[in-house]
Formats: sequence, structure tokens, C-alpha cells
Amino acid sequence: MPVNTQTLQSDSLVSIKDLRFSRGSKTIFDGLDMQIPRGKITTIMGPSGTGKTTLLKIIGGQLKPASGSVVVDGLEVPKLNRRDLYTLRKRLGMLFQSGALLTDLTVYDNVAYPLREHTELPERLIRHLVLMRLHAVGLRGSRDLYPAELSGGMARRVALARALMLDPMMILYDEPFTGQDPISMGVLLQLIKTVNEALNLTSLIVSHDLAEAMSISDYVVIISGGKVIAADSPQGLRDSDSDWVRQFLNGLPDGPVPFQAPAQDYASDLFSTESSA
Amino acid sequence: MMDFIASVGRRGLHILERLGRAHLFLLQMLIALPSLATRFSLVVKQLFSSGVMTLSIILVSGLFVGMVLGLQGYNILVGFSAEESLGIFVAKTLVRELGPVVAGLLFAGRAGSAMTAEIGLMKATEQLSGLEMMAVDPFKRVFAPRFLAGFIALPALAAMFSAVGVFGGYLIGVELLGVDAGAYWSQMQASVDFKEDVMSGLIKAVVFGFVVCWIAIFEGADCVPTSEGVSSATTRTVVYSSLMVLGLDFLLTAIMLSV
Repeated sequence: MPVNTQTLQSDSLVSIKDLRFSRGSKTIFDGLDMQIPRGKITTIMGPSGTGKTTLLKIIGGQLKPASGSVVVDGLEVPKLNRRDLYTLRKRLGMLFQSGALLTDLTVYDNVAYPLREHTELPERLIRHLVLMRLHAVGLRGSRDLYPAELSGGMARRVALARALMLDPMMILYDEPFTGQDPISMGVLLQLIKTVNEALNLTSLIVSHDLAEAMSISDYVVIISGGKVIAADSPQGLRDSDSDWVRQFLNGLPDGPVPFQAPAQDYASDLFSTESSA
Repeated sequence: MMDFIASVGRRGLHILERLGRAHLFLLQMLIALPSLATRFSLVVKQLFSSGVMTLSIILVSGLFVGMVLGLQGYNILVGFSAEESLGIFVAKTLVRELGPVVAGLLFAGRAGSAMTAEIGLMKATEQLSGLEMMAVDPFKRVFAPRFLAGFIALPALAAMFSAVGVFGGYLIGVELLGVDAGAYWSQMQASVDFKEDVMSGLIKAVVFGFVVCWIAIFEGADCVPTSEGVSSATTRTVVYSSLMVLGLDFLLTAIMLSV
């Protein structure tokens, strides 16, 4: 497994060891090990259905693994009680694919929501903070719109503004680039990069969009079959001689990930007398 | 044969598991109720959407049910020359039975289904997960306010249903069919007992409100987060709530009559 530990800082914000997780009879993670360096942009990639979003949910404590350790900033997430978990979550921002904005609130109220829930700040100060965040994502002029009136890219930018409200240490992005036009994609890429640098955050992105994700990431982890297949800097992956990494980066239809789903022998299947599929 | 037994077993286990989840869910919702003391505005908002928005259907239905009772009651009572007792007949039927039961059924259809669909869609669009990740407990901010609001709204709606129904009975019995107005009201006043009639109706309405809201909110939160999942959860809410209202009505009536 070509894991380049050189690019890893000794200081990891998230450290996952021997993670095992199943959904029904399907094994999603089978002894997954991963380090996410502090202050960097890390992207997790892998074929569909490998559990990338599930991994984000495990890091955020929304799902509990069967076994293994998930340490975020020194805290063992699966073992936290509800109160400690909620305290940790105040320091994690999560951007869902749909934005997950509250549909009965305006853009302004959505962004103000975390402050109103968790602080006693006066409304005037909240207004300043909300407008600053909305300005940063370029949507100060759209504050009175409802989520249904926003495009997908705008909704994600509002969600980013909301995720930044409580000054988190890390932001988790779930498929932030899916279904974006080139301009919207450019805006999101720039925002993720500048926000990470300006606020000294740690960003963890789950994505399929190879070129975009590689362009802003400091570190890329590819997972498949419940394990880490490769983990390196984007350049390190491009130089990799692993068949697996090459198939993934070049989008080859057949290789270590077979084109055919597992099935019985083709000839015997064709001549079988069973009527069922 | 073994397959059949296994499938029955699986189905049974699935039902038991779901019942267990529903009870744990209720417990968490009840634990979250005290947190509403500081955020009662959330309950008021839900009172508007589940209570006030259901008011029109309740009032119209109440009027028609009362009018039908007036007509049917008059035709039965006149055979015994007892049409003066129409007020008692209409009021007792409404306050004891039809008020809470029909209001409960209408509430399940109008407000319960809306609650399930809203919460189900919040789940499907990741709004509930979004709240959790913002360290906001959906039990405190989404489920408990709806539960408490429905719990308050249904007894009030049932009372209004009965009141309008009594007026409907008056319109038909007194204004149309010529029963003496004094007899209609005074006989009603003399024989409708607060403890036996009004309280028993109120207790039923409170129980129905509790059960309908519990089912509606749980079905929404437990649904499969797809459009098909939300639609079948909404159907289940109406079916289960209606059956529970009718079943519990029989049970409560039996208990109240035997006490």
C-alpha cells in the first residue's frame, strides 16, 4: 500500500485506527487506518459506495463504528457521551451535499441560526457577524432569499457561511463539487482554499471530482473495499506506479476494480436452466 | 414451510424492533420537553400550523355532524314524544364521543400527515443531520415543540368541534323542526355533567392528541429518506393514528363506564 508518511505531519487532527463498520451484511470498512493532518486540505476519494460519506458521519459521531478508534483532536469520538459529542460538534462544521439549509428560514436566519442557538449575543452583533460571513461567500445580497430560491452552488456557499459561524477547527465537505457549473465550481474551489488558509482550518473533502479535488488538496486518500488503497500528496499519486491508483486516476473501465460485478461463470450462467435472473 | 415460518419470525421481529424504537423515541421526546420552557415561541409556531390551520375543517365538520345529529335525533325522539330531549341527545353524543373521536381522526388526517411529511422531508434533505452536526438536538428543536403543540391543540379542537356541533343541532332541531328552544338548552344544561361527560371527553382528546402526535412524529423521523419513504410514512401515520383513535376510544369508554 503506497502510503507516503513523509507528507503526513506528526500532528494529526483526526486519527483513525482499525475502523470496522458494517451496514446489514455489507462490510463498509474493514480495518481502515487514516491520519488527517492539521491545517491542511485532505481529500478522500474512492469508487461510489465505498462509504466516503459514512466515514464523515463516523468522524462527526452520527454513526458508531463496530470497532476501532476515531480520535478527533484528542477525543475518542465513539466513546463520547452526548454532551461531549455536542461540544465537539460545535467545533466541527459540516457541509452536506444538499446544503441542508432549514427550508423555513431565510438565508440570513439560516446563517444566524448556530449563533442564536449557542450564544446569547445581542441581535446587532449577530447581524454584523452574519453579514461578514455572507460577504465572504459573496451572498450578502441574497440574505432575504429562501433556500428554495437558491441554486445548488449558492446553497452550498450559504451552508459554508453557516458552518463558519461558530469558528470551527475543521470543516467536513460532503461532495461539494457534484453537479456544479464551471463558474460555481471555481467559486467553491477558491472559497474552500482561501477559507482554509485564512482561518487556519483543517478541511476534509469527500469527492469524486478528481481534477478539482487534486488541484486544491495537500493530501489525498483513496479508499476502496473498506481499506485505504493509497494516501499521498497529489503529485505523489500522479507518480505512483500502483495499478489501482492508475486505474482510478485515469478512469480506466477495467483493472483491479473489475468491470463485471462478481457473478458465476458466464457460460454456465447462459446455459443454466433456471428461469430467474 | 420453513421459509414461511422464517418470514413470519422476521416480520414479528421487525415489528417488535420498531415498537421498541418508537418507545425510546417517545422517551427522548419527553425528556426534551422541559427545554421548551425557554423557547416557547417554537411551540406557538407549531400551535399555529397544527392547531389553527386545522380549525376550519374542524368547525365545518362539527357543524355538519351536529346538524345530522339534530335530524336523526329528532326523528327517533319524536316517536316517543321526547323531542324536547334533543339537546341532551346532541350534547352528550358530541361531548362524550363524537367530539374527541372525529376531531382526532380529522387531526390525524390534516395535522398528523403534515407533521410526518414535514419531518420526513427534513430527514430526506439532511436538515435533521445538519442540525445534529451544528450541535442542535432535533428532539429539543423539532420533535418536542410539535409534540407539545399537538397535545395542546387537539383537546381545544375537540371542544370547539362539540360546541359548534351543539349549535348545528340547535339550527336543525329548534330553528327548522320546531323543538322548543328553552327545552333544548335547559334540558342540556340540567343533564350534561361536567365530570362525567365533559371531563371524559377531554381525557379522550388528551390521550388521542398524545398518540396521534407520537405516531406522526415518529413515522416522520423513522421514515426511509426518499420520496417513496416519506409518502408511505405519511400513509402509515393516517392509518395507524385512525386505528389507534378508534381502538383507544373503545377502551377508554369501557374503562370510564365501569368506574
